[in-house]
Amino acid sequence: MTDSNSPEVAASEPGPDLTPGGTPDTPGTPGVADLAEAGETDETLLSPPRPVFAQNWKRILSMGAVGVGAQIFLALSNMPLRLDDRLLIKPILSLGYVSLLFVPFIAGNRVGHQIQREGIPMHAAGLHEIFGGVICGVIAGGGVSLLSVLLVNFDLREPLVNWSPMLAELLAFGNSTAFAVFIWLLLGGLAGAAGGAMRLVNPKARRVVVTMVLTVGFISVLESLVMDLAEGLRFEWLTERVYARRGGLNWNWALILAAFSGLVAMLTRGRVRQAREHIASLEGASRARTNFGLIILTGAILVILPLFLGKFTNELLANVGLFVLLALGLNVVVGLAGILDLGYVAFFAVGSYSAAVLTAATSPRINPEMPWLVALIFVVVITGLVGLFIGAPVIRMRGDYLAIVTLGFGEIIRLLFLSDWLADTFGGSQGITMIPGAGIFGLGSVSGTEPRNVFYLVLAFCALAIYISWRLERSRLGRAWMAVREDETVAEAMGINTVNVKLMAFVVGAILGSFSGAIFSAKVGSVFPNSFLILVSIVILVVVIFGGMGSIPGVIAGSAVLIGVLGGPRQPGLLSEFSEYKLLIYGALLIWMMLARPEGLIPSVRRSRELHQQEIAQDSWLREQLDEEAESTAGNDQPARATA
Amino acid sequence: MTDTMSHPSTPNANAVNGTAALLETRKLSVDFGGLHALDGLDFEVREGEIVSVIGPNGAGKTTLFNAITATIELSSGDILFEGASMMGLDPNKVTARGIARTFQNVRLFANMTVLENVMVSQHCRTRQHAFGALFYTPAFRREEAEIRERAEKILSFFGNRLVGYRFDQPAFTLSYANRRRLEIARAMATEPKLILLDEPVAGMNPVESAELTKLVGRLRDEWGFAIVVIEHHMDVVREVSDRVVVLDHGTKIAEGEYEEVSNDPQVIEAYLGHGNEPS
Repeated sequence: MTDSNSPEVAASEPGPDLTPGGTPDTPGTPGVADLAEAGETDETLLSPPRPVFAQNWKRILSMGAVGVGAQIFLALSNMPLRLDDRLLIKPILSLGYVSLLFVPFIAGNRVGHQIQREGIPMHAAGLHEIFGGVICGVIAGGGVSLLSVLLVNFDLREPLVNWSPMLAELLAFGNSTAFAVFIWLLLGGLAGAAGGAMRLVNPKARRVVVTMVLTVGFISVLESLVMDLAEGLRFEWLTERVYARRGGLNWNWALILAAFSGLVAMLTRGRVRQAREHIASLEGASRARTNFGLIILTGAILVILPLFLGKFTNELLANVGLFVLLALGLNVVVGLAGILDLGYVAFFAVGSYSAAVLTAATSPRINPEMPWLVALIFVVVITGLVGLFIGAPVIRMRGDYLAIVTLGFGEIIRLLFLSDWLADTFGGSQGITMIPGAGIFGLGSVSGTEPRNVFYLVLAFCALAIYISWRLERSRLGRAWMAVREDETVAEAMGINTVNVKLMAFVVGAILGSFSGAIFSAKVGSVFPNSFLILVSIVILVVVIFGGMGSIPGVIAGSAVLIGVLGGPRQPGLLSEFSEYKLLIYGALLIWMMLARPEGLIPSVRRSRELHQQEIAQDSWLREQLDEEAESTAGNDQPARATA
Repeated sequence: MTDTMSHPSTPNANAVNGTAALLETRKLSVDFGGLHALDGLDFEVREGEIVSVIGPNGAGKTTLFNAITATIELSSGDILFEGASMMGLDPNKVTARGIARTFQNVRLFANMTVLENVMVSQHCRTRQHAFGALFYTPAFRREEAEIRERAEKILSFFGNRLVGYRFDQPAFTLSYANRRRLEIARAMATEPKLILLDEPVAGMNPVESAELTKLVGRLRDEWGFAIVVIEHHMDVVREVSDRVVVLDHGTKIAEGEYEEVSNDPQVIEAYLGHGNEPS
């Protein structure tokens, strides 16, 4: 990498760290961008920029230190080395370097952040921000410099497995250590400067820049998906030019794509938001019509698109679908009824195992070899009963206690399947293998070798699950769930049998999870206790929280982003390179989400109200003021207390 | 679905006639460790009566409500409602029998809308379950419409305060006085025979307080509920109550009409302590 190319390097950095925000058509990403924009557009009051050298040195030092820590951590987690093979833009940029360089960029950007206080004008951004960014970036880059010196002179391989000469070589770009020290200070400074400079750009231009970077980022990172699509839709002639032979965008095409997307962004400025606001403002029949139309359109795309997709993408879609199904089930339990269930995988396991036992000829003891659809009826009944049995003792607890107990039950179920005691029914650690595919009437058998069919099957069940949660949410039962979530004691006092209602949520969740389990066993063809680790429960919960608790579109978007892009517990995602680091990324994403957007990617109306109570209360207060009601409603002045 | 909403005062033929007690507690005791929060209390409410329960802080007023609604366990004694014992019932069963309450520190379902708050409180009077909701049966649709209609009717009882656009506002956006009103509306929605109001005017200004006082009267006159009110504001107590019960240290120290009770030396002593001249 040479100096002249570095600005481009810096400019493309937000790519990877924003990737998890969604594929380009996920509504989540624009939403986040909008929020950020909305927060910063109303800079009506601006005081002159701060002088260049009047920096908040303490802040710069602390941000720089965080940058140092983050970069050294990432370098020693072996991420740069592993991802170095993955070229993004052909001769210039590999994912490995991006995984380090985004740190000084973000640090440089954050260091110029000003807290907005009402009535106090913000300082206009200027050289001050850039200079601060540079200093911060240099400090952060210095961390890598330091690391490369240490790498050469000390051997810490014993505790740190990734402490290797290869890493040193990578950090030095194949040159001497002195070069490494110099280049990382320089790169850090440049990245920090770019980060600081992002504060200078006005929001409209920033939007264009962000769109350009995101487009190039997505197209390069999601290469496998694009190639797969190209094969199906017959535009290989284009991708052959766009992508280099051994992966990565050709740099000239990267420029063309950036220019093109920038142009599109400029032309469509604000249109998307306008359209969304227009749809949101519709009411009554026209709203219902629009919604119906959108659903039909989405459904049609989902049915037609897989026809043009290869095995790889269909497999991916099927996996995402399985998790959507699980997440929808957990969403009923956690999102609607507010029961924090950390052992949800139990129902997935019971669904899988009961389907396996009922359909597989090789099942050790019981093998009725039912057709899949018939077995499904029993699976639903069995899982529902298991939900009832697990739920009955658990449900009387509340909050943290309940979470811990469900965690325990999740493990108990797995250990039962693993145990010698039940081994002659469930095969113990050998599991049950050679499970036949799911036969659907005359339409043939759905098994793992035909991922497209699996996807269609999953799609059908997702539609069913969505319908179930949508209808239940708007019923007497759904309202009771919400009341229990809000305040269990009061719900009980208002005549709701909270035990029954919570059990019902547990059972509905269990049944939705069993759908996923039954499809899973038919798809994979075998079930082992190891497929149902506690990690699966956690991942599903993260999907629900990340997507937006209680929100059906949110849960779907959450699965698409986390499972589709990053990969599930055992399934590779689009970014198969990241599969080793996905738990790290899950964690980072979850923390970022809780800080920046606690209501989730696509929040339910209710949940976002809950987290923005103050703003909404204020709006409603203003509205009240406008009301014609003469009386004041400020009822805080108590009348003098009269006693006898 | 019951139809008691329109005739809530219709006595339950086999249990009560005339002025027989609707609610009766017998030797009711509640202990918290060594503290006797309620100590052998006999208390009764008749059909269509408004009873005020007063007493200094810690006298056991709210404990009495909690005991009646089964949110705490009794140490001894019995509670009869319409002549039948309520021992061992869950709180939701008590509500189903016809006792509703409000809370001293307003406890709404803050993130549900105003209308939903009232709709969900009809839970024990409605029966459609998952099946009806999933298949969108005619019975389900009919019941949903009825629930909504009833909720709107109840909310319109409070004038124009909780209607219109307010239906769809989350409960936490309401002003303090409106939250108190919504709590009453929610209690009404459970179709009770007896409503327990725990300090309904606490924190209200004099205008609102006077209005709510009238409202308590209307609740009895128009809807036929028997009402028990815990209240500290004596002007409110004087205005609403047919009968006043004074508690101190978990026992009843006086009972009767307001004038009577307010001149009772024991009551004055409980409020003001020894050695003070009656005011």
